[in-house]
Amino acid sequence: MARQTARRSVRQAGRRGSTRAGLAALLVLPLALGACGGGGGGTAGGSPDTLRVLDYYNSDPNKTIWGDAIEACGQSVGMEISRESVPGDTLIQKVLQQSSSRTLPDVLMLDNPDVQQIAASGALAPLGDLGVDSSGVADGVLQASTYEGELYALQPVTNTIALFYNRQVLDAAGIAPPTTWDELKTASAQLTQGDQYGFAMSNINTYEGTWQFLPFMWSNGGDEKDIATPQTAEALQLVKDLMTSGSLSQSSVNWSQADVADQFSAGKAAMMINGPWNFGVLDAVDGLDYGIVPLPVPQAGETAVSPFGGEAWTVPQTGDQEKQQKAAELVQCLNSDENEVEISLGTGTVPTKPELSDQVTSQNPKLEAFAAQVPDLRARTGELGPDWPQAATKIYTAVQNALVGGMTPEDALKQAQDG
Amino acid sequence: MADPAVGVRSRTAPPAGAPAGRRGSQKTQARVVQVAFLVPAVVYLVLFFGYPVVKNVLMGFQAYTTRTFYTGEAPWVGLANYSAVVGNAIFDRTLWNTLFFTVGSIVGQFAIGLAIAVFFHKKFALSGVLRSLILLPWLIPMIAGTAVWRWILDTDNGALNRLLSAVPGLDLHPNWLTSPELALLAVIGVNIWLGIPFNMTILYGGLQEIPEDLYEAGALDGATGWRAFRHITWPMLRPVVTVVLVLGVVYTLKVIDVILGLTNGGPANSTQTISTFSYDMSFRQFDFGQGAALGNILILISLVFAVVYLRINRKAVDE
Repeated sequence: MARQTARRSVRQAGRRGSTRAGLAALLVLPLALGACGGGGGGTAGGSPDTLRVLDYYNSDPNKTIWGDAIEACGQSVGMEISRESVPGDTLIQKVLQQSSSRTLPDVLMLDNPDVQQIAASGALAPLGDLGVDSSGVADGVLQASTYEGELYALQPVTNTIALFYNRQVLDAAGIAPPTTWDELKTASAQLTQGDQYGFAMSNINTYEGTWQFLPFMWSNGGDEKDIATPQTAEALQLVKDLMTSGSLSQSSVNWSQADVADQFSAGKAAMMINGPWNFGVLDAVDGLDYGIVPLPVPQAGETAVSPFGGEAWTVPQTGDQEKQQKAAELVQCLNSDENEVEISLGTGTVPTKPELSDQVTSQNPKLEAFAAQVPDLRARTGELGPDWPQAATKIYTAVQNALVGGMTPEDALKQAQDG
Repeated sequence: MADPAVGVRSRTAPPAGAPAGRRGSQKTQARVVQVAFLVPAVVYLVLFFGYPVVKNVLMGFQAYTTRTFYTGEAPWVGLANYSAVVGNAIFDRTLWNTLFFTVGSIVGQFAIGLAIAVFFHKKFALSGVLRSLILLPWLIPMIAGTAVWRWILDTDNGALNRLLSAVPGLDLHPNWLTSPELALLAVIGVNIWLGIPFNMTILYGGLQEIPEDLYEAGALDGATGWRAFRHITWPMLRPVVTVVLVLGVVYTLKVIDVILGLTNGGPANSTQTISTFSYDMSFRQFDFGQGAALGNILILISLVFAVVYLRINRKAVDE
């Protein structure tokens, strides 16, 4: 008994000593690491006639087509190009790391809803100061690139979503592609047979789900500043009706847009909401004949208001004035009319300058439904700026709560809005 | 950090009658050597565990956003992050989900792992081959494992529902991953599958430590089958069981990839746990402060179990 007590006290004494040493080390270490983090900037700029470019176009066709355009623009501004393409989901991490170590590239591509987030951090240079001209670009697109009145990015091409339909299936059933919500409901119900759902869309609990719901919400007068409104509830009711009537699979709450495209190309959905980035997947399917029309609107004659996708090019604050100037010229060059048309055709996107859309749709008619929407496209970050991620989270949460969480659209939206 | 064995060793009594002075310097020298041996481990721990934990605790009290990365400014906000996450509409839900997920996973993994371990403890042909097959879930990358399970559990085309529909008289198409009632169960099921090899391996090792003659003696006293398990296997296995359970709890609390891969916390937040919520806050909503606050809450919960583990372990050593 006494032996045990003695042993314990000795051990505790030992423990106390090493704890103190450990604590001391803990206190010193962050300082040491902090000191390491501070240095090492500056040098990463490379040689004075090279522009470092960072994007996430790491697979074809984007990789090559953008690569060629960047090289050509580099030549026209008299600079060498050192380009790095990272996987899409790692870009923001990379940007944040480079922000804190002051090693941002000279030209940085960002997904458009992220532009204001990064601009708000102070890491980007206002393009107006560098003499960049944005005339001709659709207003909605410019809004996404503008933070507190300053333009921080140029986006040469864009995309959005539309209604894809299986032509054979609709023709066989004698159904015309729907243009209004009521027609969408009727057509979807009629097209739901056996293994095949009438309609498919992504209602997943990520920003993809929000992006797919926005056209319904916006076209009906809903607004992201306050989603607890009758207009948004009506839009959500539409999706809920499609699901409860069995026209839309409950699995859609777990489907990404790629999953939706798989369902459509496997013949398990007669219609779907999706974007032109799926052309490659769909065209590879033998015997699949599909058409594309603008998204159905609440009442005949109304306009569909959709969010737009695509990436914007920015000039980070690197502290090297001369290079920033050259970088701005490169961004301007990527946004030239010729480049907008060429990149659109190569990558299945549409130009952000509405006056160029004819040049693209005349060569690729499949892009018509997307190009037609460009003048009315709305920016996800137009109203909320850097607060958009929180709103986007509220929207997909409300959608899921209403679709499978057993809540009415009104309650789901109210709960999400109140957070 | 303080290895109990070192403390015990240092106390080893010097030969009686040794001069007090020499005894002191010898002791100091021994102490220096001991500390020197500890240095690499301590440096490693501080670098890779201490620093992140301290940093995370601090971040929980800061407004840490994307802006912070560029400007380095992270203003102190006191408990604002904590009140924000605790006040979040889904916080209670994530807490319950974490509890269900952990308890459900542990119970399932342990029960099945133990059953398999006991089964393999009997010697029979092909036992080795079968045993190594059961380790497979451990070898498959988590991302591939969850992708396959997503296919299996798909409502319309999944293998599981096809099997169910092949059963005559049974018209079932459960929405495994897309109904809020079932999704948490499905996720727990997959996590159990992933955790069985760990439980089985450790418990099997424990079983092999039990001396064979105990069973022989027990058999003479009439303890065979279930009674042998109750009176010999279980008591002898207890120290290993404690280790498996406590480690299991700590591992399971922080599981994130299984849930992200299967349901991404959905549908309607029905599989959102504190760890996925923390990931979402930090890396999707860019609120690193609130993400860190959630992480710290998780650390606190784990700490409770870690303390329990250390206490039990200490008792085992003292005995």
